[in-house]
Formats: sequence, structure tokens, C-alpha cells
Amino acid sequence: MQGIDRRQFLKVAGLGGLVFASGLARGAETYASGADEFFFVQLSDTHWGFQGAPNPDAAGTLPKAIAAVNALDPQPDFIVFTGDLTHTTDDGAERRRRLTQFKELISGLRTKEIRLMPGEHDASLDNGEAYREFFGPTHYSFAHKGVHFIALDNVSDPAGRIGDEQLAWLAADLAKQPRDSRIVVLTHRPLFPLYPQWDWATRDGDKAIELLMPHRNATVFYGHIHQEHHFKTAHIEHHAAKSLIFPQPAPGSVPKRAPVAWDPAQPYRGLGFRQIEAERGEYKLTEFPVVRV
Amino acid sequence: MKRRAFLALLVASAAWADEPAPRVIPISARKFEFSPAELELKLGEPVVLELTTEDVHMGFDAPALGLHADILPGRVARVPFTPDKPGSFEFACDVFCGSGHEEMSGVIKVRS
Repeated sequence: MQGIDRRQFLKVAGLGGLVFASGLARGAETYASGADEFFFVQLSDTHWGFQGAPNPDAAGTLPKAIAAVNALDPQPDFIVFTGDLTHTTDDGAERRRRLTQFKELISGLRTKEIRLMPGEHDASLDNGEAYREFFGPTHYSFAHKGVHFIALDNVSDPAGRIGDEQLAWLAADLAKQPRDSRIVVLTHRPLFPLYPQWDWATRDGDKAIELLMPHRNATVFYGHIHQEHHFKTAHIEHHAAKSLIFPQPAPGSVPKRAPVAWDPAQPYRGLGFRQIEAERGEYKLTEFPVVRV
Repeated sequence: MKRRAFLALLVASAAWADEPAPRVIPISARKFEFSPAELELKLGEPVVLELTTEDVHMGFDAPALGLHADILPGRVARVPFTPDKPGSFEFACDVFCGSGHEEMSGVIKVRS
């Protein structure tokens, strides 16, 4: 496993974010035929229903992010939310109330193609039952303009396992793809053991990575850790997204994991979403804040 | 039992009896804390962690020590080990158990 060199980041003036050009080592000839350019947006860890000092504007942050996404021109082809749509609750009725409110809020997005998946806050206490009532299957695949997308569920099992049944489904799904296909995995937890001491891992994530290994153009986008993070396992890149509720400290940087405190001087610092451009076999990542300063 | 086999068993039992019994350390888990959350161990001292949960399915994960257990209601999870390096090693619950799950952690301090 290896980190990604920060020199690969290119500062983009005026956007208030960073662009990361991913997949640079890949041969453009692989995508010479039939590959369309497009972009999608990743939002993550909205934790609708959270209340607490780490975000005094918890009820206002997601609406602000939706407004920011709606202001993009042109609009993305589709939008993905990589889990923890709602903040957990032991009360099943309250969980459904939060899922209802979340569904109503995202109906205000101008882009109507929205891909969702659960996080452990949505699904781990009831094995995904309430989530499925609202949004359907917790793992699935779809194709978009030459890219094969796979949503993996590593949260409906509270122990953070994908499970043998879903792994068998993944193997069958990947078996239909040529080895040089562009494959994007969307999931909540990191598939690699980023920092298991803080539960930043998937117990059987190594099995999913093993299945992806023969596919030389596989990339993973995930959430869970509430911060931007870029990593490689062999040729597979893993990109974590910022949260839309509160940032978390860098892995192992503090003795005990706890949300980064809200800074009144810099509200919404560390929160945001990203745009991912798929272009000639590369993924260009642009990070956006919730609000422009 | 034949005399030779009986003598062999006696010798084996005596050898086993010379080994110090590992220290048993009970650890109780409940939403959202371990008790105790801080353990002090001696380098080289064999111990057995006896993990129980007072409410729901929990996990015990100390990756730097290679220790892991699922803690199921009504059962005792026994984790034998002998610390072989000094230092402080984090452990955490790795089975999502609710709104305080992220804070459910502890530390094992191994003294040389």
C-alpha cells in the first residue's frame, strides 16, 4: 500500500478547492473508443439529525450544500451520497423520520439522478431494514458512459463486513467486465485498513480488493472518515470524501478520535463535497466548500 | 491405565503445574464504554482478557497487538496473550453499537 504524492495535486485558482488528477499512469489508448466525458458529484456523511457543538448549524449545512451543488453550471450527470445520510438513533421511528426528511431535502437537487448507499449510522442497528424501505437495495451496479459503477455495502453488518454473499455477487458482477474496463466502486467504509484503531476499516475489505486486483482501471470513492484522503493499494486508488456535518482528525493524529471543534471564525471549515470528472481514463477531483468565503 | 502411561501423565502434569497461571482480567463492555478502559500489563506476563457485554453485541479490537474478539451477550470471550513489546496500544469497539460507538475505546499500557 502506498500514499499518493501531494505533488500530484494541482491548485486551481478561483474554485476554492483542489483538483486531483487520478489515473495518470493509465494508457489513454485503453479508452480510445466509446468513452464519453462526464462528471458526477460525491457528497458524504451528511448525518441528518445530528445535534451537537461540532456543528451548530447541523440543520442548515445540508441545505447549503444542496444549494451549492445546484449552483454548478453545468450540472453533473448524477450525484452520489456515500453513506451516513442520517445520524444514528436507537429509535426506529426516529430513524424513519430522519430518512423521510433526508429524502425530501435531496428532492430539491436539480440533478435528478441520485445514487445512494447507507453508512453504519443509517443501517448498522437494523441491518439496513429502514434504509431499504426508503431507497431499495444497499448494493448494486450500474453503467454510465463507459464506466461500470459498483455500490458496495459494508455497513448493514454492524461488524463492518461485506459478507460472503455480497462478495460472491461482486465476483459475478466483475466477471462480466473486461479486465481493462473502467470500474468505480462507491462505498462507505475504507476497503483497506486505513486506521482500524478508530474502526476505519472493512473487516473483509481485503477480499473485495483481491477481486478488484485483476481490473487495472479500478478506483474507489468512499466516506466514513470525514476528511479528504487519498491512498493506493497496488494500482487501485482510494479517495475519501469530506463530510457535511463535522470533520474528523487525521488518522492517529490525536490520542482519541473526536470531531474537530467548530471554529466560529471559520464556520464550515473542513466540510465540503467534490466533483469528479471522468475524462479519457482519468478522474479529476475538484473539492468544493459548503459555502464560499 | 498402564503404569508407564500413568507416570508420563504425572510428569506432564507436574511440568504444567510449574507454569504460572495467567492473570485473568475481566473487561466489561456496555454502551458506550469499556470497564476498565485502561489496562496496565507487564512485559512477558501472560494474561487472559475475559470480555463480556452488558447489553448488545460489541467488538474488541487492538490491531497493534493483533487481538480481536466479538463480544456476544450472555457469553464470555476469552483472549489469551502475552505482551511482547512495551508501549501504549489502543483498543476500540469495532461493532457499531449506537451514537456513542465512535468514542468507545481504551488503552493497554505494557510496562517493561
